[in-house]
Amino acid sequence: MAEVSAETRQAHWRKTSTLTYVVLALWFLFGFVVPWFAKELDAASFLGFPLGYYFIVQGSLIIFVLLIVVQNIFQDNIDEEHGVAEE
Amino acid sequence: MNTQAQGTRFVDRLGKVYALYTLGFLAFFALMAIIEQFGVGARTIGVLFLLFTLAIYATIGWLSRTMQVDAYYVAGREVPSLYNGMATAADWMSGASFVALAGGIYFGGYPYLGFVIGWTGGYVLVNALMAPYLRKFGCYTVPDFIGTRYGGNLARFCAVFVLVVASFTYVTAQINATGTIAARALDIPFEIGVWFGLLGILLCSMLGGMRGVTWTQVAQYIVLIIAYLVPLIWMSNEQGFGIIPHFGYGDAALRIKELEAEYGLQPAAEAVAGLRVLTTPHFDPQTSLDSWKFVTLALAMMAGTASLPHILMRYFTTPSVRQARKSVGWSLFFIFLLYFSAPALATLTKLQLLDPTLATAVVGKAVEDVMALEWIQNWAHVGMLAVQDQNGDGIVQLNEFFMRPDIVVLATPEIAGLPYVISGLVAAGGMAAAMSTADGLLLAIANALSHDLYYKIIDPQADTRRRLVVARVLLVGIGALAALVASLQLTGILGAVAWAFCFANSGLFFPLVLGIWWKRATREGAIAGMIAGFAAGSIYLWWTYTTGETWLSLDHLRFGIVGMPVSLVAMVVVSLMTPEPDAETQAMVDETRIPTGDSILAETH
Repeated sequence: MAEVSAETRQAHWRKTSTLTYVVLALWFLFGFVVPWFAKELDAASFLGFPLGYYFIVQGSLIIFVLLIVVQNIFQDNIDEEHGVAEE
Repeated sequence: MNTQAQGTRFVDRLGKVYALYTLGFLAFFALMAIIEQFGVGARTIGVLFLLFTLAIYATIGWLSRTMQVDAYYVAGREVPSLYNGMATAADWMSGASFVALAGGIYFGGYPYLGFVIGWTGGYVLVNALMAPYLRKFGCYTVPDFIGTRYGGNLARFCAVFVLVVASFTYVTAQINATGTIAARALDIPFEIGVWFGLLGILLCSMLGGMRGVTWTQVAQYIVLIIAYLVPLIWMSNEQGFGIIPHFGYGDAALRIKELEAEYGLQPAAEAVAGLRVLTTPHFDPQTSLDSWKFVTLALAMMAGTASLPHILMRYFTTPSVRQARKSVGWSLFFIFLLYFSAPALATLTKLQLLDPTLATAVVGKAVEDVMALEWIQNWAHVGMLAVQDQNGDGIVQLNEFFMRPDIVVLATPEIAGLPYVISGLVAAGGMAAAMSTADGLLLAIANALSHDLYYKIIDPQADTRRRLVVARVLLVGIGALAALVASLQLTGILGAVAWAFCFANSGLFFPLVLGIWWKRATREGAIAGMIAGFAAGSIYLWWTYTTGETWLSLDHLRFGIVGMPVSLVAMVVVSLMTPEPDAETQAMVDETRIPTGDSILAETH
């Protein structure tokens, strides 16, 4: 396996970091901002649930699962693009 | 001894083995349902459930026995992501999640739901910041990473210390839970039940280490998720709440709100020790103080998730970095199945008790009729439930119905009038949840002490055989100590769990994250971060627990919110004051960040 050059490492890590920051921003939105404003969101309704309640008992949880899956797809692409993917 | 060849063959047949196992378990369940119809007593069924599942776990533990270092510490790094996801979910979901979570939601309302968000959202942090990089590093334990990244025995020792405190706090609560379940099912005193539980736990982990624990945890996950979902779905169908209740209980939540307004949420005229009446609204966030309590609890639990060694070390067992990432996704999916069921269970159970138009209702009915119900008598008999007509009007009011929060999950099948076989299933599920978590925690402690303290610091010349003997002796010793502490019943289950998360995030979160994400982080910085964070958190806990006062409304469940910022500031300031890490360390961090290439630490070390 050839040595990975410093430029490749830098470019790979820049993209990886950007992806991570986007994921963390979304995590913060659904983990903290939405639950903080649960009372205000409750004025709306979704599937028969008050919206704020829905996010806390179900919606944010589903988003967390998807967030991990989507991040991993993007990360795999980044790894392949820079020739540092395994297998 | 079990050879590598046998291990590999087993890994290739996983799908078949566990499918067969699941069918076998369902067949056993059906058999129990049938013998119940023939008049076999509830107690016998409970005992059979417990012994049957324990026998299976013990068999898996025996078949996984090993004398190889990498099999013992990291299951030979051959666990596929799907199965590692199941094992992590079982490792993660403790007796508290299984038994106490729904009851907590029932009584705790909005602020309590911070646990639900916190214990799921933490996995986003695990995936984004930790798991893939730690896997690439190739460590056996979490202190192994700290010790190698920062260098020096002091950093390694600090990490071992935080790990032991956090995990030990947690494991006593789990052994307590296994003792409670064993005591009730087998009708033995709690103090003996604790030792019986410990025996079961050690059967899984002693011979096979991480390999044994991995394959039993997969089996335990299957039992626990069936045991959680079957009663919920059965109850929902029986009571007409829909086939899959998860997506349609919004109406039930709204109806509870109406009923709460009708009955009024008042404290009991005369309290009953150890039991509670419903005083918190089902879901009604009010002030920003409520919101503050919610987000601080969620943050403490999330950061704790990402720093608890028994979870992080599960991601050391996958064959590759990519598989490690994938298995975080599977883990959260399997955890999600239980966590999005718990609020549904709490809501539907509450509605059944509160809504006078339903046959199962208790509140609003005549006291005599309620006292005559069999399930009320059963639980009242053991002091976990009480109905008292305190205002003397002959009707059960909302503040006259007392319950211990823990029993919501256990009593739901009886409230809905389901056959006893369901209760046996639930007991087996609770046992699986508590045992699997206890196993992961005991192994994390014993491995850190045997690998990091004994092998790396005390006796680096020790041969493989000696290392593994030491690891097992420690496992048994720590298990016995934990059982001894558990039998004293010092804290409640949930309090101890939240403390463990806060100890872990105060001491370990930033040294772990910055070790990967900040090349400038130095050894002195990390040591300062671990000591200052852990000390600040612990002192705050001691202060708030003994005086009952709080700062910014941060109670003893959230003391990590004080410890973490102290840890961050100490680590950054001290790192910047000390010379930057040498080129070798910086190259090591670079290497950690890409998936390809050899791991930092050799395959066996």
